[in-house]
Amino acid sequence: MPVKVLIPTPLRPFAEKQECIQFDARTVGEALDLLTGRYGELRKHLYGDDGRLRNFVNVYVNDEDIRSLQKDKTPLKEGDIISIIPSIAGGNFLV
Amino acid sequence: MITDPMLRLNEELVNRIRAHGVECYPHECCGALLGRDAESVREVLDLLPLENRHGASPRNRFTILPDDFRHAEKVARERGLDPVGWYHSHPDHPALPSEFDRAHAWPWYSYVIVSVEQRQPGQVTSWRLAEDRARFMPERMEIAARTRV
Ligand SMILES: [Zn+2]
Repeated sequence: MPVKVLIPTPLRPFAEKQECIQFDARTVGEALDLLTGRYGELRKHLYGDDGRLRNFVNVYVNDEDIRSLQKDKTPLKEGDIISIIPSIAGGNFLV
Repeated sequence: MITDPMLRLNEELVNRIRAHGVECYPHECCGALLGRDAESVREVLDLLPLENRHGASPRNRFTILPDDFRHAEKVARERGLDPVGWYHSHPDHPALPSEFDRAHAWPWYSYVIVSVEQRQPGQVTSWRLAEDRARFMPERMEIAARTRV
């Protein structure tokens, strides 16, 4: 399925400054694999050492968070738009 | 990769960040830095204070959720700007990024931290995550005294 992946500003420097990249993928996981396969430096910003999507990385298909769908197994249809949307988090020294 | 990043903003904006930190004390405040990025100079021209969505522990954590993130992008665009970074306060702690800040940071953005000690605003610093995520690099701040017209 031809789908589009929207790259957030902070990750564009690692994806040849592109805002939007088209892939042929059947699931969200497949689209993200194709993305990080092409732009390997994105991997460490999207995934933790455990290989799972970092908790401050949100992936939406059209307007739905994939956590409320089938996560990386969420199926795609032609023309779907996958958005990577940051949460911004941080804090102080107290644990 | 930029080796010596610099953030330009004016005194009024810095004072607004300090005031937001005081207003939220003893909780952490947070907000977006709206401006323009040209490879050599990054300029902050406006702020968007945001709600700290960390319900459980707002004294030592802050969270900006996707809806607020998208709101910040929309507001920025309406003003002809982009979110170029984010600010938050460290109540009763120095303006240095914590390990938690580093672990949750995005590359590229400027992270401005204001220290608020006993409700008094203190030092303001800015940081950028190294591309290998291993550490935060200090970002020079150029603070103009005059308000832009
Ligand atoms: Zn912090």
